[in-house]
Amino acid sequence: MTHGAVTLLLVILALTGCQREERDTRPQSALGSGEQPTPVTTLEPGGQRPSPADNKAASFEANAFHLSEGKRLFGWFNCSGCHANGGGGMGPALMDEKWLYGSSIESIHATIRDGRPKGMPSFHDKIPDDQIWELAAFVRSLSGNVPSSAAPQRNDDMMPHPSENRLPDAATLGKSP
Amino acid sequence: MTRMPQLAAAGLHAGASIFLAVACLPFMAEAAEPALISPPVSAAPPDDGQWMMPAKNYASTRYSELTEINEGNVKNLQVAFTFSTGVNKGQEAAPLVVGGTMYIVSPFPNVVYALDLTKPGAPMKWKFEPNPEPAAQGVACCDVVNRGAAFADNRIFFNTLDGHTIALDASTGQPIWNAHIGNINIGETITMAPLVVKGKVLVGNSGGELGVRGWVKALDAGDGRVVWTAYGTGPDKDVLIGPDFKPHYDMDKGKDLGVTTWPPDAWKIGGGNMWGWISYDPDLNLIFHGTGNPGPWNPDLRPGDNKWTSGIFARDPDTGAAKWFYQWSPHDLHDYDGINEQILLDMNWQGKPRKVLVRPERNGYLYILDRTTGEVLSAKPFGPVNSSKGVDLKTGRLIENPDKQTGTGKVVRDICPTASGLKDWQPSAFSPKTGLLYIPHNNLCMDEEGVEVNYIAGTPYVGMNVRMIAGPGGNRGAFTAWDIAAEKPAWSVKENFPVWSGAVVTAGDVVFYGTMEGWFKAVSAKTGELLWQFKTSSGIIGQPITYRGPDGHQYVAILSGVGGWAGAIVSGDLDPRDATAALGFVNAMKDLKDATTAGGTLYVFRLP
Ligand code: HEC
Repeated sequence: MTHGAVTLLLVILALTGCQREERDTRPQSALGSGEQPTPVTTLEPGGQRPSPADNKAASFEANAFHLSEGKRLFGWFNCSGCHANGGGGMGPALMDEKWLYGSSIESIHATIRDGRPKGMPSFHDKIPDDQIWELAAFVRSLSGNVPSSAAPQRNDDMMPHPSENRLPDAATLGKSP
Repeated sequence: MTRMPQLAAAGLHAGASIFLAVACLPFMAEAAEPALISPPVSAAPPDDGQWMMPAKNYASTRYSELTEINEGNVKNLQVAFTFSTGVNKGQEAAPLVVGGTMYIVSPFPNVVYALDLTKPGAPMKWKFEPNPEPAAQGVACCDVVNRGAAFADNRIFFNTLDGHTIALDASTGQPIWNAHIGNINIGETITMAPLVVKGKVLVGNSGGELGVRGWVKALDAGDGRVVWTAYGTGPDKDVLIGPDFKPHYDMDKGKDLGVTTWPPDAWKIGGGNMWGWISYDPDLNLIFHGTGNPGPWNPDLRPGDNKWTSGIFARDPDTGAAKWFYQWSPHDLHDYDGINEQILLDMNWQGKPRKVLVRPERNGYLYILDRTTGEVLSAKPFGPVNSSKGVDLKTGRLIENPDKQTGTGKVVRDICPTASGLKDWQPSAFSPKTGLLYIPHNNLCMDEEGVEVNYIAGTPYVGMNVRMIAGPGGNRGAFTAWDIAAEKPAWSVKENFPVWSGAVVTAGDVVFYGTMEGWFKAVSAKTGELLWQFKTSSGIIGQPITYRGPDGHQYVAILSGVGGWAGAIVSGDLDPRDATAALGFVNAMKDLKDATTAGGTLYVFRLP
């Protein structure tokens, strides 16, 4: 190896060394808020802690515009490919009363943003944060967890199920018609 | 050279069946026409009582020469032992039996068990846990099934959902090699059972609902190295189309059709996967395998014939070079994958001996092809079909019904058969004694609505809302015995749910299959009469096998455990209030949750 090459190597090493010293002094998500940790369990040794509520949650959930946007995005980002129109398929049903990771809008938001281990993809660099909140609010509307006055109404298509504001009770689940 | 003994054997069989028919049931005399149809001996050697590959032999007959269990005594069958796979998902695998050991593969997480048949209760000899990536479960289109392993050279070869092919030492369960050939991040999974041909392990990928480009690979059985890869779409060199390629019909001739029959670049995300069955003819040195549906399902997004999807290839197993191709469903409109089993038979066709391939196809036709050329000799519907009006035998082309043409923003109602086909993957069985093909199948119709869809790698790429309903008659399934020579059904048994299990037929003239309620049934191969049934713990979608145990007696084995696409409502706990759940299948299966629960148990039966 020539002298020049060794010097070059040293310079490269020094440069990469410098890079490593860089510190991100203002950690910030380009995608906005929603970076607060959401507990993935309700169990906590030593007693209950208040579940962190995001101030955005309530405003998205009661807002008909955000809910209908969420419904549009649910198709646009192929959520419907895995969860159908809420009844599930490759992914679990989202319209029933069973939740793997909690029914709060914060948990659902975290699911969409970060993914879940058994095959729920992480959408954090695909979907802007506000739209994740819209999706999360719409997911809750599938199981009747938002005010029915705000929930999306009748579809224009072949109507896979009654509209979100008139879905029959989940108690009929699994019973033959 | 093998023709003489073969004909003699067939003559014997025919004589025997006439005798039996007369002895048993007078009204059957008509159906027991001499059956001069039999698999080539090289692809279906004399039965040694073992079961080394899911299809029993390279001809894929799923026929056993064992006769200890027969029409007369099958009613006495009893449980010999059971075994839990520990996984409550759809059990589509066929157990294997080699020597004194049984091998089974569970659905994800794809645990392989070896059971010692020489000891009472068949204790576990070893188990192997491949620990596939849990995320694979999210990109498997239709439950997390596995269709079984293959045995060769004292090795067990099997695939994992997250895209590995693994070779195990059959005596110890120790891994010998592990080839990572599929990428779940683009939605690629593997669910099919490999086939070992001439020291090569043949494997194909799943992912036709996620815009995955299909392929078949041959891995060296010795070390897992990829010897060749043949894609289902794209330029000729990727599809392994070269100078030897001689398709029979003009529609399949031309340069780079795998590119030119698609909108620009659509072939890269166009499906044509191979998640079903492969057969092998040693005399012709050809393997035969189908190709899956084109993606997305919405046909408006991919004008053209979409080669080489929804068709069948004949290839040289050594090089993968394509010899011929035939397209069942050009520019497929309804998710008619072309990956079902093909049974290799030799028969007289219009007075001439022909080497044929019989294919009960998803689009509803029972095809008889000349397997040396790919010429269609016959294509008759084996159940209700209105999505097409027949097959033009001159051009080879399926005649689509314009009334059932799907597209964006259009709801088309009552299309029969459904996306799941008149018959899906569930393999049929052929008996040379009766000349009948025993076909487990569906009887469903559907409404479809094409919608826009974005391609996002690793997520579904379907673009179709589907809602299935029961077909004509209201029975959602049927088990049909098809008279291959007469080109018509000999008999058919109606079942409430789709018959999503495979079938096995024996020289004892008994056919076994399972129902999604959980009944394991034995019916007469000649009449379809129910001879015996046993209610297992969960719905059955597995592949029955029969073997001679180390004690010299005949056994019948089946995995029970509902799931698969048809049973996803139970195994995935889906919500029946959404008609489009599980790509529309749930709508036809709303009451399955009332009929069965998830499970995963091996049942083995014998005579007392
Ligand atoms: C590739 C398939 C796939 C896609 C695409 C997908 N999901 Fe999922 N989803 C899953 C799977 C699988 C799970 C279960 C994960 C687990 O159990 O770890 C899941 C879980 C979830 C859950 C948690 C349910 C519960 O019971 O706690 C929510 C909410 C959810 N997905 C919403 C969405 C939304 C919204 C989208 C679109 C932005 C989406 N999913 C896209 C497969 C998918």
